[in-house]
Amino acid sequence: MNARAGFIGQSVLRREDTRFLTGVGQYTDDITLPQQSHGIFLRSPHAHARITRLDTTAAAAAPGVLGIFTGEHFKDIGGLPCGWLINNIDGTPMKEPKHPVLAHGKVRYVGDRVALVVAETVEQAKAARDMIEVGYDVLPAVIDMAKPSSASVHDEAADNRCYKWQIGDKDGTDAAFVGAAHVTKLSYRNNRLAPNAIEPRAANASWSPADDSYTLYVANQNPHVERLLMCAFVLGIPEHKMRVVAPDVGGGFGSKIFLYGEETAMVWASKQVRRPIKWVAERSEAFLSDAHGRDHLTTAELALDKDGKFLALRVNTMANMGAYLSTFSTAVPTILYATLLAGQYSTPKICCTVDARFTNTAPVDAYRGAGRPEATFTVERIVETAAHELGIDPAELRRRNFVTTFPYATPVGLTYDTGDYEATMSRAIELADVAGFAGRKAASEAKGLMRGLGYSAYIEACGIAPSAVAGALGARAGLFEAGEVRVHPTGKVTVFTGSHSHGQGHETTFAQVVADKLGIPMEDITIEHGDTGKILFGMGTYGSRSLAVGGTAIVKALDKVIAKGKKIAAHLLEAADGDIEFENGVFKVAGTDKSVPFASVSLTAYVPHNFPHDKLEPGLNENAFYDPSNFTYPAGTYICEVEVDPATGVVQIERFTACDDFGNVINPMVVEGQVHGGLAQGIGQALLEHAVYDPDSGQLLSGSYMDYAMPRADDMPHFTVETVKGTPCTHNPLGVKGCGEAGAIGSPPAVINAICNALGVKDMPMPATPHAVWQVLQAKA
Amino acid sequence: MAHLSLTVNGRAVQRDVAPQTLLSEFIREGLHLTGTHIGCDTGQCGACTVHVNGRAVKSCSMLATQAAGAAVTTIEGVAKADGTLHPMQTSFNQCHGLQCGFCTPGMVMSAIDLVTHHDCSSEAKIREGLEGNMCRCTGYQNIVKAVAQAAAATKAMA
Repeated sequence: MNARAGFIGQSVLRREDTRFLTGVGQYTDDITLPQQSHGIFLRSPHAHARITRLDTTAAAAAPGVLGIFTGEHFKDIGGLPCGWLINNIDGTPMKEPKHPVLAHGKVRYVGDRVALVVAETVEQAKAARDMIEVGYDVLPAVIDMAKPSSASVHDEAADNRCYKWQIGDKDGTDAAFVGAAHVTKLSYRNNRLAPNAIEPRAANASWSPADDSYTLYVANQNPHVERLLMCAFVLGIPEHKMRVVAPDVGGGFGSKIFLYGEETAMVWASKQVRRPIKWVAERSEAFLSDAHGRDHLTTAELALDKDGKFLALRVNTMANMGAYLSTFSTAVPTILYATLLAGQYSTPKICCTVDARFTNTAPVDAYRGAGRPEATFTVERIVETAAHELGIDPAELRRRNFVTTFPYATPVGLTYDTGDYEATMSRAIELADVAGFAGRKAASEAKGLMRGLGYSAYIEACGIAPSAVAGALGARAGLFEAGEVRVHPTGKVTVFTGSHSHGQGHETTFAQVVADKLGIPMEDITIEHGDTGKILFGMGTYGSRSLAVGGTAIVKALDKVIAKGKKIAAHLLEAADGDIEFENGVFKVAGTDKSVPFASVSLTAYVPHNFPHDKLEPGLNENAFYDPSNFTYPAGTYICEVEVDPATGVVQIERFTACDDFGNVINPMVVEGQVHGGLAQGIGQALLEHAVYDPDSGQLLSGSYMDYAMPRADDMPHFTVETVKGTPCTHNPLGVKGCGEAGAIGSPPAVINAICNALGVKDMPMPATPHAVWQVLQAKA
Repeated sequence: MAHLSLTVNGRAVQRDVAPQTLLSEFIREGLHLTGTHIGCDTGQCGACTVHVNGRAVKSCSMLATQAAGAAVTTIEGVAKADGTLHPMQTSFNQCHGLQCGFCTPGMVMSAIDLVTHHDCSSEAKIREGLEGNMCRCTGYQNIVKAVAQAAAATKAMA
């Protein structure tokens, strides 16, 4: 099904914008409940310490204090669960130390939660927090995961290893390296990032004595998952006694997927103090305690034959888990990383070994792209480096190795259903005017500047995920999506989706799909998301899954609505069910002028005076669950052109071209916006951003916007973005693949490849700050 | 407590406030105008930007009492009373200059100041002018486009 006339494929302006533009959006901090109280967390100032004393007596007596809660209150309940079990090479399970709601006995990173103080006002809670007396016996900390240490983050993992996991044919890969015409080897660090949604994490938890139930407003990407994990695995609250609402959420980028200790402690405490408790993270707390992203150390080797055909790829990656296993943490450097190492290429043998390490740093988990940016960086850096070593044009080397026949089963567990990598490559080359690069380079050189060009041909696995496949790989949850279409008597429609929008624009794009299918105006459709009290179920939004999985669930529910509508219409039109067609909002008898509009059918469903009661129930309300049969595989080529001033090391991105294949596109404007945002995060990683801990003390050195270089408007280039007509996904009815993460996945290697090309060097660490670039240039000279 | 008298979105307001109250806190908690957002603790993100006497100010960097006698405009006061959006608001919608919407109020307030009082004749100048407002969603391109469009419209009207 390709883009066609109607709502699908149109850049419809976003309907949600007006409330955000006029200041009437409702984010968690904007919700204040009757009898509102406020929570503040006492956090560890040490990376690793034994708590020798924790005296809250004076603090508890401070003005306005309603309650103080510590690890002692939570020591007998479960820890925060990790959603993905990874096994070691020998088949034994990963080490899974308890991730306590509040620290008990020991603190394990700077920012670890020690106590929750609840008071009438924020100021009173802060004042009381400062009166809590804590004795710490400071212990040696493990900060640099690659440095051997006699200290242990957890007693259960004395060697600080969470797991050592492997995928692919090791012997076959090793054998392919023997006698290879050329081997390219690279080692690099994929720099650690702080996610930095501009809305900090926030929660407002309350308990109702009327029915012993809880309500949690929380800045979160998947309220049903939050409820399931918190109720079933930690607090033991029955799910039907808990409502989780993720209202307007100010960006997520992965960091708001996870179940955190803060909101868990607050839910439990809300019953103790019998008051609603609100907490909003300060930015410094967000830096310390939001799950960070990336932080891999990787060595990769690519074996090629004399014609530049890839023979094998061997990858060893050390991945930082931080101090505790966050919700998706263990899947990121394995299932979401190593399975993508084939890239767009038909490399016959691939083997990847992953050594996951505990350190005394904040937990590390999914951040926009989650494993796939790291995989793309590995593949696209080594392919480009091999091309330069062999004197082959980087685009040409890629073309020699592209997968061209589909479906294609990779050696690392995935099956690509469709793609056309040449199409995005050739279009990107055209858009980037690669032909004119030599002239521009000469002009730069005449000014004493260096100019370079870098490619990245990425692929990602999105539409997460087929539950059975995920389950076989260690997932402890299903990854389907749910949708409900409630047709009201007047023909107006409310659609409920289990996915969640925190900027993606579901309220517009999903309504386009519904309007297209039902042939009714978008004004007649409301999209509801983010409330377990309204929505039947959902797995939420991450992994570019909302439309491919959540949208498909809605389509399936729409199909049921139309099928029932046809039966009602057949009755009204005195025709056989099979003779009814539905088009442009009208049911009609095929080949006749007899018809009945959608709103008459819906009215009949709810006022069933003349109704086929013997065959049908009244009402027009359908739901559907959709579990995808495969991942989707967006792909594309990004080309970056930089100019470097060798005197200062400053890198200027002169051109950035992104050409993507997302399959069918519902709203090109929204898709382009998603790519822009992803590119800024990827370019931010490549040039600016770095979450840095002091290697000895474990203090977070980049803990504010004064220290952590967030991309600003004048740091970003003007992007050239184009989505090609594309290869529609073969296994979902919309033919969509997902576009939310591509920009962040594809861009970092393009930038670094361009800088290496400009400088004439093999490697360039990220972030390529002026200082780092200058150092590389000095080392070269 | 200090007595504070000022105008907010065209209405006279009189309140007693604790002297250490930030203007941002006064707007959000005192007046329940929650469109002004708090995104950092260091005056960097710009989500709390409002207008004080017609100029953009990061309201987290000013005490409420410093606004005594001033005319303060928040995002809630930008559209006309009948709901007609300000050209900048319209432009952000038309250019897809927002996604999650959290930085948007501050971004719009800064952008209005930018086109009213500064040179918006080039993309580079607009980018420089928006340097004090962070957005994590849009990559800024469509924000820049929105500001340029609104600047052109403003110039055409002048």
